[in-house]
Amino acid sequence: MRIAISASGETLEDSLNPRLGRCEYFVLYNDDTGETLAIENTGRFSVGAAGIATVGLLNDHGVDVLITGNVGPNAFTALQAAGIQVYTGASGKVRDVLQDYKDGKLNEAKGPNVGPHGR
Amino acid sequence: MIISVASGKGGTGKTLVATSLALSLLDEQKQVQLLDCDVEEPNAHIFFNSQPVYEEVVTLPVPQVEYARCQYCGKCSEVCQFRAIALLKRTLVIFPDVCHSCGGCWHLCPAGALEPVAREVGNVRISRAGSLEIVSGSLKLGTHISPPVVKAVRQKENRENIVIIDGPPGSSCPVMAAVAGTDFCILVTEPTPFGLNDLSLAVEMLQVLGVPCGVVINRDVPGNDIIDRFCQEKGLQILLRIPFQTKIARAYARGIPLVKSDPLWREKFRDLYHRVAREVQQ
Ligand code: SF4
Ligand code: SF4
Repeated sequence: MRIAISASGETLEDSLNPRLGRCEYFVLYNDDTGETLAIENTGRFSVGAAGIATVGLLNDHGVDVLITGNVGPNAFTALQAAGIQVYTGASGKVRDVLQDYKDGKLNEAKGPNVGPHGR
Repeated sequence: MIISVASGKGGTGKTLVATSLALSLLDEQKQVQLLDCDVEEPNAHIFFNSQPVYEEVVTLPVPQVEYARCQYCGKCSEVCQFRAIALLKRTLVIFPDVCHSCGGCWHLCPAGALEPVAREVGNVRISRAGSLEIVSGSLKLGTHISPPVVKAVRQKENRENIVIIDGPPGSSCPVMAAVAGTDFCILVTEPTPFGLNDLSLAVEMLQVLGVPCGVVINRDVPGNDIIDRFCQEKGLQILLRIPFQTKIARAYARGIPLVKSDPLWREKFRDLYHRVAREVQQ
């Protein structure tokens, strides 16, 4: 499975960026191989809805699980369509967030937790 | 003649000026129309005891997909710069609230699977108070693209009448839609540094649009010349000063327009109109 964490940097030591559509990077973790990889979130430069563009990027990278802080209504709809599970409300270092996920400490989001435009 | 009333920000007394101006002109030869283009918060009508006469819904076309025809090629989502369509795995998702109705997707879909359907974005209501016609637009909740509703309101304007437009606050797209093509714009401001800042942005916008303008100072305090200095520098006329008076503020807060609470103001607003009319004729 491919797990993506919205982050402000490219490594496990960087912290989680709670703003899905505006985060700088995604740290991708493959829990079958243990490999990590960082991708830049080009969706944040979108003139239109950044959240939807960002989910498109995650979809293209074959992501199965997303861990982030906030998800708006449009991004949530898009994540559901893409079949990406989403865990919200996480914070701290990417490494610790991943550990919390593995330990089953994170809650799966049942709906958006912020309004349009991240407000 | 079409006169717009605008201000850089909300709460400066734009509606106070627009409603009082409209009321002071009721015994002119011409029919007066008051257009409330503050579609996110239309409130001009509360100052009149008016009877509704007409209502229409404003819609915009948004794409709808016929899944049986869709080939999941992704053309539509590539072409949409607003990201209102996403192709995710084998699901096509349309986000109507993000759509700008450009038509790109349904023109370019190779399979003819997209078709425009009407989405309600607001409405336009016309009501009458005596000989005054009030046209107000309101944006549907959850919609944030207001220029189409502003334009729908403005379709009701008739140049043969005296048209007063109460614009939205700010100096962005909805304001542009409300003041573009008007014969003159009255800018309402306050004598504060914030008021000045917003005023100078509004003046710049009007220069770009090529709409002549003049200034009304609301809550004016004698001895404060912050706006006067700016106007002198820019060659702008100060058309009217409304002093800072609790009496005025109180009546207004109770929904009584200035010209009704104090008949002396009727003459002042008529003068304002005639000054503007002269400017326009020149
Ligand atoms: S362009 Fe037409 S056929 Fe292609 S994905 Fe979009 S709706 Fe389907
Ligand atoms: S009409 Fe334009 S903005 Fe709306 S979905 Fe189609 S391409 Fe995007």
